[in-house]
This record gives sequence, structure tokens and C-alpha cells, in this order.
Amino acid sequence: MSATAVHSLWTTAATAADPIARIDAPKIEYGQLSPVLIVIGAAIIGILVEAFVPRRSRYHAQMFVSAVALIAAFAAVVALAARGYGTTKAGITAMGAVAVDGPALFLQGTILLTSLVGLFTFAERRLDPEQHGTRVDSFAAQAAAVPGSESEQKAVKAGFTTTEVFPLLLFAVVGMLVFPAANDLLTLFVALEVFSLPLYLLCALARRKRLMSQEAAVKYFLLGAFASAFTLFGIALLYGYAGSMSYGTIAQVVDGTVQNVTPALANTTGNDALLLVGSALVVMGLLFKVGAVPFHMWTPDVYQGAPTPVTGFMAAATKVAAFGALLRILYVVLPGLRWDWRPVMWGVAIVTMLAGAIVAITQTDIKRLLAYSSIAHAGFILAGVIATTPSGISSVLFYLAAYSFVTIGAFAVVTLVRDAGGEATHLSKWAGLGRRSPLVAAVFAVFLLAFAGIPLTSGFAGKFAVFKAAAEGGAAPLVVIGVISSAIAAFFYIRVIVLMFFSEPRPEGPTVAVPSPLTMTAIAVGVAVTVVLGVAPQYFLDLAGQAGVFVR
Amino acid sequence: MSFPLLTVTAALPAVGAIATAAVPAARRTVAKWLALLVSLATLALAVTVLVRFDPGGDRYQLTESHSWIADFGVRYELGVDGIAVALIALTALLIPFIILAGWHDADPLETGNSRWRPTQGFFALILAVEAMVIISFEATDVFLFYIFFEAMLIPLYFLIGGFGDRAHEHGEKTAATQRSYAAVKFLLYNLAGGLIMLAAVIGLYVVAGNFSLTEIAEARANGSLDMATSTERWLFLGFFFAFAVKAPLFPLHTWLPNAMGESTAPVAVLITAVVDKVGTFAMLRFCLQLFPEASKWATPVILVLAVISIIYGALLAVGQRDIKRLIAYASISHFGFIVMGIFAMTSQGQSGATLYMVNHGISTAVLMLIAGFLISRRGSRLIADFGGVQKVAPVLAGTFLIGGLATLSLPGLAPFVSEFLVLVGTFTRYPVIGIIATLGIVLAALYTLVLYQRTMTGPVKAEVTGMPDLRVRELVVVAPLVALLIFLGVFPKPVTDIVNPAVKQTMSDVHKTDPQPEVEAAK
Repeated sequence: MSATAVHSLWTTAATAADPIARIDAPKIEYGQLSPVLIVIGAAIIGILVEAFVPRRSRYHAQMFVSAVALIAAFAAVVALAARGYGTTKAGITAMGAVAVDGPALFLQGTILLTSLVGLFTFAERRLDPEQHGTRVDSFAAQAAAVPGSESEQKAVKAGFTTTEVFPLLLFAVVGMLVFPAANDLLTLFVALEVFSLPLYLLCALARRKRLMSQEAAVKYFLLGAFASAFTLFGIALLYGYAGSMSYGTIAQVVDGTVQNVTPALANTTGNDALLLVGSALVVMGLLFKVGAVPFHMWTPDVYQGAPTPVTGFMAAATKVAAFGALLRILYVVLPGLRWDWRPVMWGVAIVTMLAGAIVAITQTDIKRLLAYSSIAHAGFILAGVIATTPSGISSVLFYLAAYSFVTIGAFAVVTLVRDAGGEATHLSKWAGLGRRSPLVAAVFAVFLLAFAGIPLTSGFAGKFAVFKAAAEGGAAPLVVIGVISSAIAAFFYIRVIVLMFFSEPRPEGPTVAVPSPLTMTAIAVGVAVTVVLGVAPQYFLDLAGQAGVFVR
Repeated sequence: MSFPLLTVTAALPAVGAIATAAVPAARRTVAKWLALLVSLATLALAVTVLVRFDPGGDRYQLTESHSWIADFGVRYELGVDGIAVALIALTALLIPFIILAGWHDADPLETGNSRWRPTQGFFALILAVEAMVIISFEATDVFLFYIFFEAMLIPLYFLIGGFGDRAHEHGEKTAATQRSYAAVKFLLYNLAGGLIMLAAVIGLYVVAGNFSLTEIAEARANGSLDMATSTERWLFLGFFFAFAVKAPLFPLHTWLPNAMGESTAPVAVLITAVVDKVGTFAMLRFCLQLFPEASKWATPVILVLAVISIIYGALLAVGQRDIKRLIAYASISHFGFIVMGIFAMTSQGQSGATLYMVNHGISTAVLMLIAGFLISRRGSRLIADFGGVQKVAPVLAGTFLIGGLATLSLPGLAPFVSEFLVLVGTFTRYPVIGIIATLGIVLAALYTLVLYQRTMTGPVKAEVTGMPDLRVRELVVVAPLVALLIFLGVFPKPVTDIVNPAVKQTMSDVHKTDPQPEVEAAK
């Protein structure tokens, strides 16, 4: 089978003409870009709210703007999908910069719903005890105040709250919406930065354990900056190779159907060294964002240090966006190179699954444990990515949807278990939680079982889908390793359940805070999605199956 | 559409489990009665299945088929053959006795915290296990079976880890540690088995394109689905591994003594008499039907492992100091017999194995439940702590003896028939294996009689004096089961009539006919 023929398995040719040749006024398809535009608009309104609305009403104003924007954007995604923009009318918009197709819409919908649930956990203000008569959330009173300083005490006393987190969240969502839909390398990079920078900031904003939070942010920022630099370098090399930033054009140059896109680059066009190094660097940047081994070093520290609502949001939504972008790069830009990247990705997937599962066993902090578990899950998803079949795409889409809700729900539960020092994340403090708060422990057990991939949870359906795709794609050894690392991973999920249900509660153990309806909604949505996708996944599998075709 | 009897039979205990769990904390007794009533109603449904089942009719009866997850080729397909009917009846029969025997096992020690509801949880979990076991027996879709085969680990895990004997020689804290160790060991063994099977399930899908047992078996039989020999063998091993862990077969048996030793006697019965049967049942239904050639290929190794289980389990049972662990090792020995009967590939062996599953369930239930009553009276599981019980509690000792004699397959009690059939069935094809296995009977006599002698006879120990005999509730548990042991020992025909046609079908799946001794001798 020729490269082009294989390529046409999972992509349809776009009808848009090559936009590079002429310089016209840009033609923007506002309707098809509406989800992104709505969220961008709301984020800017959020900044204005921060500037002009009195401090006491900001929280409600920001909540309202963010929630409305996310719901409206989701409605826009649904409307686009209903009109067939995911299937028959899929196309490339904004002068070739953004693709609107099945995977893009599916992932955007997932990101928006996850963000909405994440927004609820951001807005939670009942967990911490009131400080000086003000209800406070998980975020620092004043981010600029040095931890432990007098100005910090003043800020706390004055009852400041960092309502800036809402526009920051929205900006991150904007980047994430564009990231998996980006159809040229520059848009990809801009989207990467747009969602990364707010996340770096959000990581630094924890109200408790501020130094740890700031350390996490610095670490994330430095490593993230490295990864971005790699990506950018890779983009430059790919441009040198193909003479174009556009995904479709690069793919054509790789296939050999088009030569000499940019005459000025005639010397370098078609230079395989540029292609190999460039694509390796770009893929590296994306693997950093999904947290695949060996680019995973930041994950545990950042997950542990960041405020837990941020961790949940980041763990869920970033993974969705980054895997979306990775899929598009590998399936749209580099299918002609799949004999080169598949062995590498095999290695990455195997190491990621095993390392994530094995290292997680020794963790004693629940947030670090979930971080390593997210690494192992990145490995499972990579197994689906490697399939290079249409069912590979749809299985990854399904897995991402299933995984993101489990993750955000699990981190929402983590915010509830507290002692005098804030959240009690050390595992020893969770002992006997099932005796004291059976419901919370049971809900968390459901999430853990879903992570472990026990049948009748969404985790099993997702895992089955990706392993099936991988087996069909001829990666049977990968499936066996995946199954083995699932067994290893099951051990530490089960260990937490043992701790919660079979250990005696500690006398000075943490209490479970009673949350407001916001966090309750977040957790309830997580449980509902986990069970529904586990018991009756057919509708969503269909959805992912229909969405599983990229436009090029 | 006809009445979905099989679905209802499986769904009733599931609904009952939810209802039981929802009973308010203070109403413990309500929860107990509710669970008992649900289990009795399930028994009534199981009897209806038994009556509606026509041994001379189609292979799979009372079938139901609905689309479920079309993307994975998964259908909700139920159907029972004679083997499944017998095991569903066994399950539904034992659960009421398990519930009744465990009536006080989960009463909270202190009534301080109103949100911790162990009693409701205990009975709800038992019903949940019942529901999942029944649907595993009914499923004719490999994926559907797999889901419940795996999912039943979760309630069992909580039953083992969450509830134990009240008194313990090392104090409650050590007991809790040992319990959670046993629970984790149980889960990890079975989960590992299950995940290996998952890889094989996916492999089967890639090869066959769907999960329907009937379709795949038919395609295999008429040659339209051709598997490469190596593929078939790998898939067979994946499936067999999971079932051998569950069954449990040497060398994958080590979780069972821990799990049975640490859990309460009713839960131990649930594990060994009900849940483990899913493993041996699945060997018959899935391994032999889906992979007949690979099954024959693996037979020699499996038979050797089975014989090791028989002898090794019995030897370890002889050496035990703990009553419950002794029964656990005895069960491992018995599971060796069942696996041997299945893979002897003779109709006598397989009929015997199926009958053995039923009889072993009943006889172990009698022995283990009475052992549980005994242990709860003395507060110790150690054999050395007992002595002379038959003088103070004659009924308890007498029924315990009957249970023990059934375990050593005394003629006239039910297990004799099945053990005899298994041995004869094995001997006709594999005489050496059959002869070695016979040693297991001798050892069984040793461990049961020594157990009886040390605990029940001799001078009455000081701690044993004043031990009450069986109470009414305990008698209600024991008497019907003992009666059933005697009845099936004298007249096993009702069970064999149901089982035999299904066994013939399975035999024809693996293209095996019973060996003719004369013809073989002539060669």
C-alpha cells in the first residue's frame, strides 16, 4: 500500500485552495471558529471585570462570565457537529490555520466540558475555613505577596481573593481548543504557548504550601520553556524541509507528491535529515505535554505542588489537547514517515507504561501517585496512537474523554480530605477514610477502579478500545505489555482502597470537608460519566468513531 | 419477546444488593431479612430455570440476545446448558445458607458511628457476588463473561478484607493486617489472571471479529474460522491462566488458603464453593469450545498440574494447624480432581467433574460452615485449641463428621459418585495419572479423620466445656445440606440427567470420543 493510499484511510482531502500563493484579505469563517472566539471574548471580558468591577462582586461576575462562555462554546461545538462540520463538511478554516473536523470538534467538546467541571472546582469556597469573615478558595490571597511576609498577612486580612484565575483558566482553554485543531505549525506553537503560560501562572497560586506551589510553577515553566524551544526548533527545521508550515503541504512533500514549494528553499527542500530531526523535535515537545517517559520529569512535582483544582484541570484538559495535537501531527503530517516514527513511539509507549506503573508503587503522596498514574495512562493512550488505523483515532478519542472525567473527579475528591494544614495528601492520612466517610471513600474507590480499568467503569471501556486498536494495528506485544503494566498499576490503586477501607482510622486523622454544590456537581459528573461510559459506552464509541477522520 | 428469565435471575440479587445497602444504619435486622428473602426468591427463580430447562432440547436454552456495544462486537447474550443450570442451582441454593450462617458475622462491635454500616455492606456484597456469579454462568458472549468474571473480584475483595473472625489469637490489629494481606493477595492474583485473559480476549476478537461463543464455536467446528496453531495455543493459554488462578490450580493456588483462612466461614464458603466454580466451569465452556485443538495439546501438562494439586493440596492439608486453612488445602486437592476430570476428555470424566463441582460445593459448605460455628464458639482457629467437642456438642460433632466423610468421598455420600466417575474417566485414557490421583483419596481420609479426632474426640478441654451445641439457626443451615449430601449420594440421577447431554456436546466439540478399552487392548 502506498503512503498516499494509507493516508487516505484516515483523512479526507480538503477542498480549500492553497492559500499561500496570494495575499488577499484574510477570510475567516467566524461560524466555524465560534467556540474558540466565544472563549477568547469571555477571557477578555474577564480581564475587564478584573479591572473595573468592585472587588466584592468580582467572584460572581467572573463565575458567571466563565460558565456562560464555556457552556455557549460547548453549544457551538455541538451545533457545528450537528451540522456535519465533523464529517461531511469538515474543512480547513482561517486561511489554512485551523482545521474543523471530527477529531477537533470531539476534543474541543471534551475540553470544554472538562473545563466547565474544572471551573466548578476552581470556584469552590467552602472547603477552607473562613478567614477574617471571607470565604476563600484554593488560591493565594495575593499572588505577588512573598510567602510568609507581612504583605501576605495584610492581603489575607483584607480578604483578598485571586479572581484572576478565571480569565487565566479561559485563556488556557482557548489554547487547548486551538491546539488539537491547529493545521499549521505556527498555529500549533502559538496555541501551545497560549495554554501553557496561564497554566504556569495557575500552578504558582496555591493558598497553602505556597513555596512548594511556586517551586512547582518554576519547574514547570523552565522545563516547559525547554520543550517549547525544542518544538520551535523542530518547526523551523520542518519549514526548511518542506518550505511550508501547513500540515497538508508538509505531508505532500513527505509523500513526494509536491516538490519545491518555496523556491528560495530549494537547497534544503526534501532533505531527509531536516525532516527526521525536525519531526522528532516537534513530537518531543508534544510528548512533554502529554507526560510521556522520558519527558515526564515535571509531572509529579507539578501535580503535587499546584493547587489541586488546577492539577485536576491540567491533568485532564492538557492531556486531551496534547494528544489531539500529537494525533494530528502523526496522522496528518507524518503518515509517510510512519515506518520511522512507529518504532520510536513503540519504545516510548512501552517505557511510559512500565515506568509510570512501577514508580507509582513507591509513592506516598496521593497527588504524586495520581501523577505517576497519569504517566502510565499516557502510555496506554500511546498504544492506541501507534495503531495507525481509523479505530486507533476513535479509540484514543474515547479514552481521552473517559480519562479526563475520571481524573478531574478524582482530584476533586482530593480537595475534600483536609486537616489543619490544608489538604491532607499524604497517603498515611487517608487510612480508615472509608470508616469515617463511607460515601467519599466509595466515590474515590470508583475513580481508582476506573483508573485500574476494572470492567463496568469507563476506564475498562477505554483501555479495551485502545488495546483492541493496537492489536488490530499489529502491535500485539504492546498489548501484552500494556496488560502487564495494568496489573502492576492495579496494585497501587488497590493499595489506596485497602488503606481507606481496611485500615483503622487515625485519631488525629483528616476530616472530610462538606463542599458546596459546585464541587459536589464536579464529583457527581465524574462518577456519572465513569459509570455511563463503563456500562453503556456504545453511543460515545459511535460518536468517537464518526469523529475519527482528520481533514487535510 | 419471551420472559427474560435468565436476566431476572441474575438481576434480582443485584437489585437486592442495592436495596440491602440502602437500609438505614439502625435497621440491621431488616437488612438481614431482606437479603435472606432476596436470596430465597433467587433460589425460586433458579429452580424455575431448572424446571424450564429441557435436558433433551437445544444445547443453549432460555437464550436472550441484545445488542450492547456494537463497536466492540459485544452482545448481551445469555443461554444455559446443563452444566450451567446445575451450577446456577448450586449457587442459588448455597447463598441463603451462607447468609443465614453469617447472620451475626457482621454485627458492628460498637454502635458509635452511625455512618459506618458493616452489616448492610456484608449482605449486600454477598448478593452482589451472587448476581455476578450467576451471570457468568449464563453468559454466552465471551466479553460479557469476562466483564463479570473480573467485576466480581471487587465485592469479594471487600468481603475478604473487611470482615473476619471476631476473636483471633493475635488480637484484632494483627487480624486486620492479615485480612488485608489476604484480600490484596486474592485480588492481585485474580486481577493478573484476568488481565492476561484480557489480552487473549482482545486477541480472540482480532482473529474472530466477534465475541459470540456460539458463533465462534460453530465457525471453528465447520472450519470457516481457521486459527493458526500458535495463535490458538497462545489464546488458550491466556484464557486458561485466568481460570487456573480462579480454580485454583497448582502453582497458582497460594491465594486461596490466605483468603479462606482470614475471611469468615460463610465468605470462605462463598469463595470456594461458589466463585471458584466459575473457573472450572469456564474451562469447560470456553477453553474446550473455543480452542479444542489447543486444549488437547495442553492436556498432558494440565493433567500433571492437576495431579500435583491433588497430592500436594492433600499433603499440605494434613500438615495444617488451622482448621480453615486445612479445609482450603483440601479444596485445592478437590479442584485438582475437577480439572483432571475436565481434561481427561472422557464423558465420564467431564460428567464427574461437573457433578464434582456441585457436590464439592455442598460438602465444603457443610464442613466449613460448621467449622465456622465451632470457631466462633471457641474464638480460635487452631486445631490444638479443641478436643472432646463431641461430648459437649454431639450434634455439631456429628454433622461435622458427615461433612468430613463427604469430603473424603465415603460411598453413600454425594462426592463419592463424582470422585469415582472422575477417576474412572481418567483411568480409561490415562491409567498412570488415574492411579496416582487415587492416592489423594487416601490422604483425604487422613486429613479429615485426623481433624475430627483432634478436635472432637479425646478428653474434653477446659475451654471447650460448656460449649453450646448447634442453635436452631445453625441447624436450619446444616440439616438441609446434610440431607442433600445423602440424597445425591444415593440418587445422583437428577443431576447427571441434566449434565450429561451438555457433556456429550462438549466432547464432540473437542472431537473426542470415549476410548474403547477392548480396541486399545487389541492394538
